[in-house]
Amino acid sequence: MSDGSIAAAHDVLIVGGGGAGLRAAIAIAEVDPRLDVAVVSKVYPMRSHTVSAEGGAAGVIAEGDTLDEHAYDTVSGSDWLGDQDAIEAFVKEAPRELLQLEHWGCPWSRQEDGHIAVRAFGGMKKMRTWFAADKTGFHMLHALFQTSLKYADITRYDEGFVTRLLVDGGRVHGVVAIELATGKVHTIAAKAVVLATGGCGKVFPFTTNANINTGDGMALAYHAGAPLKDMEFVQYHPTGLPFTGILITEATRAEGGWLLNKDGYRYLQDYDLGTPTPTPQLRSMELGPRDRLSQAFVHEVEKGRTLDSPYGPVVHLDLRHLGAKVIDTRLPFVRELCLKYERIDPVTQLIPVRPVVHYMMGGVHTDIDGATPIEGLFAAGETACVSINGANRLGSNSLPECLVFGARAGRAAAEHASRAGGPPSAITKQAADEGRRIERDLLGKESATEQVAVLREQMQSAMEESAGIYRNGPSISTGGDALAELQQRMAGIGVADTSRSFNTELAAALELANMLDIAEPMLASALRREESRGAHQRTDFPDRDDERFLTHQLVHRGSDGAPRVERMPVTITRWPPGERVYGRQVT
Amino acid sequence: MTETNEDRIGLRVSRYRPETDTRPGWQEYDVPLRTEWTVLDGLNHVKDEVDPTLSFRWSCRMGICGSCGMNVNGEPRLTCGAFLSDYAPGPVRIEPLSNFPVVRDLVVDIDDFMQKLPRVKPWIIRDDDVTVVDGEYLQTPDELDAYKQFSMCINCMLCYSACPVYGLDPTFIGPAAIALAERYDLDSRDRGARERLDVLIEHEGVWGCTFVGECTRVCPKHVDPAGAIQRYKLKAAQENVKAFLLPRGARR
Repeated sequence: MSDGSIAAAHDVLIVGGGGAGLRAAIAIAEVDPRLDVAVVSKVYPMRSHTVSAEGGAAGVIAEGDTLDEHAYDTVSGSDWLGDQDAIEAFVKEAPRELLQLEHWGCPWSRQEDGHIAVRAFGGMKKMRTWFAADKTGFHMLHALFQTSLKYADITRYDEGFVTRLLVDGGRVHGVVAIELATGKVHTIAAKAVVLATGGCGKVFPFTTNANINTGDGMALAYHAGAPLKDMEFVQYHPTGLPFTGILITEATRAEGGWLLNKDGYRYLQDYDLGTPTPTPQLRSMELGPRDRLSQAFVHEVEKGRTLDSPYGPVVHLDLRHLGAKVIDTRLPFVRELCLKYERIDPVTQLIPVRPVVHYMMGGVHTDIDGATPIEGLFAAGETACVSINGANRLGSNSLPECLVFGARAGRAAAEHASRAGGPPSAITKQAADEGRRIERDLLGKESATEQVAVLREQMQSAMEESAGIYRNGPSISTGGDALAELQQRMAGIGVADTSRSFNTELAAALELANMLDIAEPMLASALRREESRGAHQRTDFPDRDDERFLTHQLVHRGSDGAPRVERMPVTITRWPPGERVYGRQVT
Repeated sequence: MTETNEDRIGLRVSRYRPETDTRPGWQEYDVPLRTEWTVLDGLNHVKDEVDPTLSFRWSCRMGICGSCGMNVNGEPRLTCGAFLSDYAPGPVRIEPLSNFPVVRDLVVDIDDFMQKLPRVKPWIIRDDDVTVVDGEYLQTPDELDAYKQFSMCINCMLCYSACPVYGLDPTFIGPAAIALAERYDLDSRDRGARERLDVLIEHEGVWGCTFVGECTRVCPKHVDPAGAIQRYKLKAAQENVKAFLLPRGARR
């Protein structure tokens, strides 16, 4: 059994090898090559979920566009819950980061003259979304990963699953990680740790997210005493394929696709999103923000104007009028996915779609440099909540967020590591305790009463029923009771697989524990927010209430494990709260 | 839900646990046969409902992360894109990818590829001091098209599994790595072709390939590694002629 002794030590350890994690690693290697950097990821870096991002990455570059407009779109898109100082830094640094990716080989789509091409995107008033056809995340991730190989001194622990942060005296000193191939439990010391583990869509049953998106970084931070922020804001993407939940990118609508109900009617016109025009209008109709489009779908269901499918109600996404050439050059992956998973061809057929859990606006509370309240602990990307996304993220803001705040967190972690001391001896005892949790309580349990897959499914349905696109006090409370019961039953979980070698049942049990840990704060925050804002829509409190709730909510884990919700002011600099207006002029 | 009346299909799955098994063995499972189910859905059904001890990798289930490659009826496939109904009435034979050491069940050790990839320098190499402050490198759509296909590699390892040369000679650098070298060589922003050629011109670089073309046939993303290898052989041959005829300094 692991005795907790330190197996390796680094200056900075990055947990997660997706867009934010790799950007952080490269930033550190560039800013101070003497620092010892390591990346530990539960999958090989190029498998990270950044790979699935399709539509693009926003950054002001086109003539006639301004940083202020990108900032305003993001602020209004966030329903005024985003911090405006963070948003201003973000829009300023995004173009430079995207250019950096260009210099690192990302195959951005181009104009005829060789300059970067940009496309429209939901909630954006100008064309500013850079794209690599409709595989933007794939190309960005591989460009980052391949560029990271240039820095041979970056240590990688591929398929290493971090299960605990080692924190003593308010400072982080390293992690405990399982080497999946062998099942060995290692203590890795680090002067600074950057969490970049992505989102937590798997808390819900129907999601675009990959199997790996189990909120590990959020759970690690929360368990270690760092607060989570704005966890009630879960983004439903309006266009996922039924059954699989595979994402059909918003770029389909940016290129001119229409959303039709069962009568072939562009129903968004009934929801204060503008009037239909043959070609797409920015910030209007199908190019409205995701929260409003997903909510409109629910109302169409209520009106009986959706179509039935074996996997629930759907509407149609119509790309037929775009023609094969546009679809093949700008949306080839969409065609490939539809042909494969729906056996339909979008060139001639309608695509059935429905809203699907896509993105977590909330996350580990950080400042503008990715720093959490735990000294030496940083977070970036979807794991973190800076917050630039507030109550609703705009499509194509999350990829540049990974770059801008990955780089910022990397630089801040490097700075911290260069002046921090070595780990205290207390961490080996903590690490040994964690080893026992894994090796005795999970792997060695002789009388397991519960199974991972059963509890996971019950958690997912509890979350969908209690905290979907529309929620209310009683539904959230019912969900909270269900989660509390599941937490109790979690103690009965055992791992039937006794092998130490690539034990995916053990990994799934640890992931389930993480998801249950962060599901509770999601509901606790949702219950406390007695208003409707962005992606958080309460049927019992249908209006936005700036007087009471123009505020972040931080959730701390109490000593008894129960969530404790606190408020924190939103930073408003230049854009006082106003009405969110789409498809018409601001009055 | 009762499943007595629905169609079912057998999965014949290769199992291997290093602590207890001296060699892989077979285990049979029976899963629902549903039109929209892939081989991966079948495996996940086994994992969640029948036998939690079965180990395999998967993540995105949409053919882009490259995790879930396995041999399905002897052919390397992404299991998230291989539909059970295409193998009816079954049974479907599911084995780990070939030519890699098996870690456990359907999980193979791809460390060899991860070591080889950096050797071909798959990043932009420049001989100037241009930075982002100078703006973007211009690249026309035609210039982008020149390398685009080779940039589609998802590192799924199906080509290594299919490659008879890699099977016989593990020092062969292999199809995906060579395709990625070619991806950067053909990129108008790159100046590193010479450095990569120096790596690939070695005997274990491209010369091992006997143009079987299996790599291109099995590639789920139509990358055409065989084409990349062919181009390198040509470049290397030309280089050898030059090396023979010219003093080193004049070779560029």
